[in-house]
Amino acid sequence: MTETPAYDLECHGISKSFGSVRAVKDVSFNIPSGSFFSILGPSGCGKTTLMRMIAGFEEPSGGDIRIKGKSVLGTPPNRRNVKMVFQHLALFPMMNVFENIAYGLRCRGASNDEIKRRVQDVLERIALPDVGGREIHQLSGGQKQRIAIARCMVLDPDVLLLDEPLGALDLKLREAMKIELKLLQHQFNTTFIYITHDQSEALVMSDHVAIMNDGNFEQIGTPQALYHRPNTAFVAGFVGDSNRWSGKVTASDGTGGTVETAQGLTMQFTAGGGLRIGEGEAVEIFVRPEFINTVRAADAAAAPGDNHMDGVVDSLLFNGANSRVLVRSQTGELIEADVTLTGDGDLAPGEAVRLSWSAQHAMCFPRSGDA
Amino acid sequence: MVQKDVRRLTLILLFAPFAMWIALLIIVPHIGMVALSLREKVAPRVYEFGLGNYIDFINEPIYWNTLLRTGSMSLLVTALALLIGFPIAYYIAKIAGNRTRGALFLLCLIPLWVSDLIRAFGWILLLRETGVISTFLQWSGLVSGPIEFLYNDVTVIIGLVYTVILFMIVPLVSTLDGMDDSLVEAGYNLGGSGFTVLRRIIVPYAMPGIVSGCIVVFMLTAGSYLTPILLGGKNSSWFTEQIYDQFITRFNWESGAAFGFLLLAFTSTVIWLGLKLSGQTLANTVAKS
Amino acid sequence: MARSAPAPFVWGYRAYVLAFFLFLAAPLVAAGTFAFNDSLFPALPWQGFTLDWFFNDTEPKLGMFHDRRLLRGLYYSFVIALMVSVLSVFVGTTNAFLFVRGQFPFKNALYIVMVIPLVIPGVILGISILVIASNMANYFDRSLGIDLDFLRPGIFLVVLGQFSFITTITSLVITARLKKFDATMEEAALNLGAGRARVLRTITLPFLRPAMIAAGIVAFLVSFENFNTTLFLVGSEAPLTITMYDRMAKVGSTPVLNAVSFVLMVGSGLLALVSIAVQRDKSVR
Repeated sequence: MTETPAYDLECHGISKSFGSVRAVKDVSFNIPSGSFFSILGPSGCGKTTLMRMIAGFEEPSGGDIRIKGKSVLGTPPNRRNVKMVFQHLALFPMMNVFENIAYGLRCRGASNDEIKRRVQDVLERIALPDVGGREIHQLSGGQKQRIAIARCMVLDPDVLLLDEPLGALDLKLREAMKIELKLLQHQFNTTFIYITHDQSEALVMSDHVAIMNDGNFEQIGTPQALYHRPNTAFVAGFVGDSNRWSGKVTASDGTGGTVETAQGLTMQFTAGGGLRIGEGEAVEIFVRPEFINTVRAADAAAAPGDNHMDGVVDSLLFNGANSRVLVRSQTGELIEADVTLTGDGDLAPGEAVRLSWSAQHAMCFPRSGDA
Repeated sequence: MVQKDVRRLTLILLFAPFAMWIALLIIVPHIGMVALSLREKVAPRVYEFGLGNYIDFINEPIYWNTLLRTGSMSLLVTALALLIGFPIAYYIAKIAGNRTRGALFLLCLIPLWVSDLIRAFGWILLLRETGVISTFLQWSGLVSGPIEFLYNDVTVIIGLVYTVILFMIVPLVSTLDGMDDSLVEAGYNLGGSGFTVLRRIIVPYAMPGIVSGCIVVFMLTAGSYLTPILLGGKNSSWFTEQIYDQFITRFNWESGAAFGFLLLAFTSTVIWLGLKLSGQTLANTVAKS
Repeated sequence: MARSAPAPFVWGYRAYVLAFFLFLAAPLVAAGTFAFNDSLFPALPWQGFTLDWFFNDTEPKLGMFHDRRLLRGLYYSFVIALMVSVLSVFVGTTNAFLFVRGQFPFKNALYIVMVIPLVIPGVILGISILVIASNMANYFDRSLGIDLDFLRPGIFLVVLGQFSFITTITSLVITARLKKFDATMEEAALNLGAGRARVLRTITLPFLRPAMIAAGIVAFLVSFENFNTTLFLVGSEAPLTITMYDRMAKVGSTPVLNAVSFVLMVGSGLLALVSIAVQRDKSVR
């Protein structure tokens, strides 16, 4: 009993069916203590169902959930030490801030003195020491967010679940809250499980991210690993932006080789995810815009890299440091490439350019259905 | 499994009051009323099953004339309430400023908080021979002698419209309130005249509210008792009066029950016809208001 | 419409609205004003201001607060209205939960059934309940020799009769409110460690409270002013509307009735204000 389990949350082969629909299929993962873990997936992928099972609102159809090493199957939601920040926060409008935060403590039967002390303590930790007497509708969006977290954290949960809590905020505030959430997590040193369909939220805040698709975990890893070393075509396509081709392998040594795309372009590739890809396999190739180098056709000889493609600038997508150029290739496809626009001697629509990229950045995956 | 049982138990516990209310206070009494209406009195304290009470009704023109009169006057009151109430509802929902809107709506509701009896009493004080209006007319020299405004059909209709018009205005305001102003503007913009916009856009949009208001108003009017009696006097011939007469004065419950059932059947048929003609259902009209 | 319409039309429209509200107010003003006329008849001419019709303790100008029968009627009305509103708010609340949360066959059809009592003429509700109650009472009396007095016309039947349609009103009001309730609030409370009963007591019912109070006030007022249903079910404990009707029919109109009207109007006006104040709460938005 004295040994602390290494994982705050372990899920073993969790599945959940609603009638004939299998929302979550045999998902297993472990979350180390004190980390920020995100579950990222498109809407309808089963991430909310998974979270509701962890919180106890749904009973899994199969598998086991362990919190701090103890199975919580059959434990009702109000007996689990897993707290949850809801999508629309679900702060109680009929109570003021103090009573909202005190709610869980009162349920535990804490004494009034203790409640006062702990509520004040948590309010100070979220840097809102004076709002206890306010009504919920008097708070700003960001303050509500923090109160919702404080309401959970005052109970010292083993795990804090966050269900897309930033979804309702406007863009500016959302950016600020990302950083703030990360800081709060550090400060409380509690395991946060964050559910979102917004990849930038997941990538910015998390220690580890699980990519979920169609009831399965496609890949779990650090944000960098997911971005640079995706294991599946879905992850490569879902995380970050990519130019995507489908094609057939014409020559391969297993880890790399040559592929011919449907449009007739020949390309040097590297097999993604440590997979072995043989000759004749149907594949998908992903190339991220930031790895494509764009030069004017006049300087084409200087273009580095294993793969080349000539085209004409179709349009410029100016967005400061994240500006892009859309190039129409000779076969008529549109390819996105990152460029630096300095405002002086930049590319202009209609100019002939040459694109180039290395084989290493042309990630290739076996075609899986229509993922 | 336990959770499932708890859920089922909760459902049963919630269902019980509803079922008891509807079964014991609505369904069973109505069945009892119909059953009673099918009992014929053949001799003192001797009863037989039969349609005698209904045959009596058909054979006595006063009875069915009263029912038809009640029905047609109720339809007239409903139509008047709609005609008078619709512009008011439109004004409250669409034209009045934000602050006046709430105030006007509340003003509309005030008579709702006051009993039928007091409203009718107020009308009596205004309209009778020695009433305010008659006195005022004499004082101003417009007429030479006192005038009796009470005890005629026009007064009964005015009194009834007054009593029920709120039930027309309230559902109308809530449906019109939900209408986007741009619909009306688009109507004008596309070249509609005031009348076509009203006919083609506003009225169709407000249809659920209109139907809902009409149903409630018609039912309340046909079932009203105080207003026709007090404003129409002894000869107002309102069907509810016949029911009261059979029940209380003549102590002929069998016939009274038959009359009650006839009133219910008659009004329900009218409403059913109205719903059919307007293409609405009870669920999206009354149940929503 | 106002934006593009010509000015005479707008002014005509306003005049019409004004006339309508005068029409609404006229009988109420008449009923209320004559309570203060120092005359034996509620009619013009104006004889001067008096409060006799409220407080005088001798005939012929017996004030309403010294008129035993009126006071008794007021008392019975009050008792009946209180019982009806408590009962109908209770059943209205369970109905709201049943129809918003419950899943059961024929739900939509039963919802319509719930609305129907509101459109059944009150007279018919009165006689049908009278008939069934009397039949039951007679049956028990004759075959078992038990006299079930509460099934005879009286307060109990009046309460049942009014309850039978007022419950529809309370159900609709409370259902509308419960539909606006964000069910994740209950999950949040569960998640914070509250049991089911505690969630109901601290989260759901407080959210419903304004609607329950408003529904209770409406039920109270509707019960207080009901005449049609009550008429058939009333026993010796006549509520105020019946007493007033009797007085009007037997004695004719007297200013004491104006005084009662005035008090009732003020009373229900105050209650209406309370219900508005309660509903205008912060938790909706």
